[in-house]
Amino acid sequence: MKLKLRIWRQESSGCKGRMVEYEVDNISENSSFLEMMDLLNEDLVSEGKEAVAFDHDCREGICGSCSLTINGIPHGPQKATTACQLHMRHFDDGQTISIEPWNARPFPVIKDLVVNRSAFDKIIQSGGYISVRAGSAQDANAIPIPKQDADFAMDAAACIGCGACVAACKNASAMLFTSAKVSQLNTLPQGKPEKDRRVLNMVKTMDQAGFGNCTNYGECEAVCPKEISLDMIAKMNRDYAVASVKNFFGTVA
Amino acid sequence: MSSKSCICISSLQKKFLMAITGVLLFGFVIVHMLGNLQVFLGPDAINLYAYKLHSLPAFVMWGARLSLLLMVGVHILMAVKLTIENKKSRPREYDNEGTVQASYSSRTMPMTGLIVLSFIIFHILHYTSRVVPGMEYDDKIPSYSLEFEDGSVKQVFDVYAMIVEGFSNYFVSFFYILSMGLLCMHLSHGLSSMFQTLGLRNKVWRPRLNNVARATALFIFIGFAAIPISVFSGVLHHNDSNTYSSLNSVNDVQNDNITSEGTQ
Ligand code: FES
Repeated sequence: MKLKLRIWRQESSGCKGRMVEYEVDNISENSSFLEMMDLLNEDLVSEGKEAVAFDHDCREGICGSCSLTINGIPHGPQKATTACQLHMRHFDDGQTISIEPWNARPFPVIKDLVVNRSAFDKIIQSGGYISVRAGSAQDANAIPIPKQDADFAMDAAACIGCGACVAACKNASAMLFTSAKVSQLNTLPQGKPEKDRRVLNMVKTMDQAGFGNCTNYGECEAVCPKEISLDMIAKMNRDYAVASVKNFFGTVA
Repeated sequence: MSSKSCICISSLQKKFLMAITGVLLFGFVIVHMLGNLQVFLGPDAINLYAYKLHSLPAFVMWGARLSLLLMVGVHILMAVKLTIENKKSRPREYDNEGTVQASYSSRTMPMTGLIVLSFIIFHILHYTSRVVPGMEYDDKIPSYSLEFEDGSVKQVFDVYAMIVEGFSNYFVSFFYILSMGLLCMHLSHGLSSMFQTLGLRNKVWRPRLNNVARATALFIFIGFAAIPISVFSGVLHHNDSNTYSSLNSVNDVQNDNITSEGTQ
């Protein structure tokens, strides 16, 4: 395949970025999107030019490192697929593909397509944990968990924290990410004691990081490679409403 | 981010306020529409309704007006705050900015909201305060003799004639129908969105609520737009004498004496 690429190039976080056009040839339809990027970089290096920086790690859709907005859609056109798992057969020969970094003020570009996602870490640090001593593993049935709850928590836990939800949102809202983390822990018995404090703190940190506000478009859900649903946001909103009332009366645990 | 350093009210609290004022305003819209539809029952019905509304104790009427104003104010204030923050959070546009599943009405909420707001202002000046130049109906429209059940007759303001007169103006009717269309769009996203914001929606209920929201919004559009359309098609028209009941006057098309001297 022969492709025309329009790629965001930016020296460093302080510099201004711009779209630069490249051409790649002899791309196999079976190669992944990141492999295509590797080939481009090999070409660039052999021409003595600087390679395009992009994030990647596992390349099997589980780490959440890869973060490319492909033709305006985070992780590209394929549903429930990370950029690393996206194959070139989903594109046409001769097509122009634009590749950009996540677009959100709280995710400043470090270089080219690499953004700083530590705002997510701050959200996790403010409540994405259970602060009891874990000890050794319990007997499997010691704490009965209804199947429905276990499934819901598992769906929430599928979030790999890639940030595509923020990148897709016209408001750069991090509510899908935050709500997945809140829902995962708030649904399970181990997480319930700190339920109120968790949701209040995580939402506060999310606001302070400068993420926008959800307007219920649902674009986040549409691009999420792990298909986290808007139900998580509804759950977070519900928990937050309850926690705010308790907080008002000073009864948050 | 500077605007967020004032931790007075969180993102979710703003959204809750948005949703709660939204649902209350929606309630008002429904009641207003049902009230308006009485115009189809004839001048007696709508004029009696208007008379009763206006003879409510002042504190009830002004209480209702002020709380509506407060709700609109909070709704707009939150909308402005949220929109400014959202714009700040997204530094640039993508090369080919597009959407995957967001509905058109969900993406145009600020725009539809703004136009509906401008409509509300005009609408109040036009039909409530009646101060729009050339449309000061208090001087133009003769009062209506309303007959009560006990046989007494009272001279009241002729709301029926005002509606017919008002909507005989093309611009007014066009703006009205357009605004109702935009309100319909606004509500078709807003109604279901409200449940999401308050955490009262899940996978099963989302499609149902979306459909209910669309159907309700359409119902509201039809309910409101029916009135100017009926004025144009001649279903609603002036009576030759305001003591006529609507049933008598339906056959009485020649006698629309007020339109002929009205606003051309
Ligand atoms: S590189 Fe790990 S998810 Fe794509």
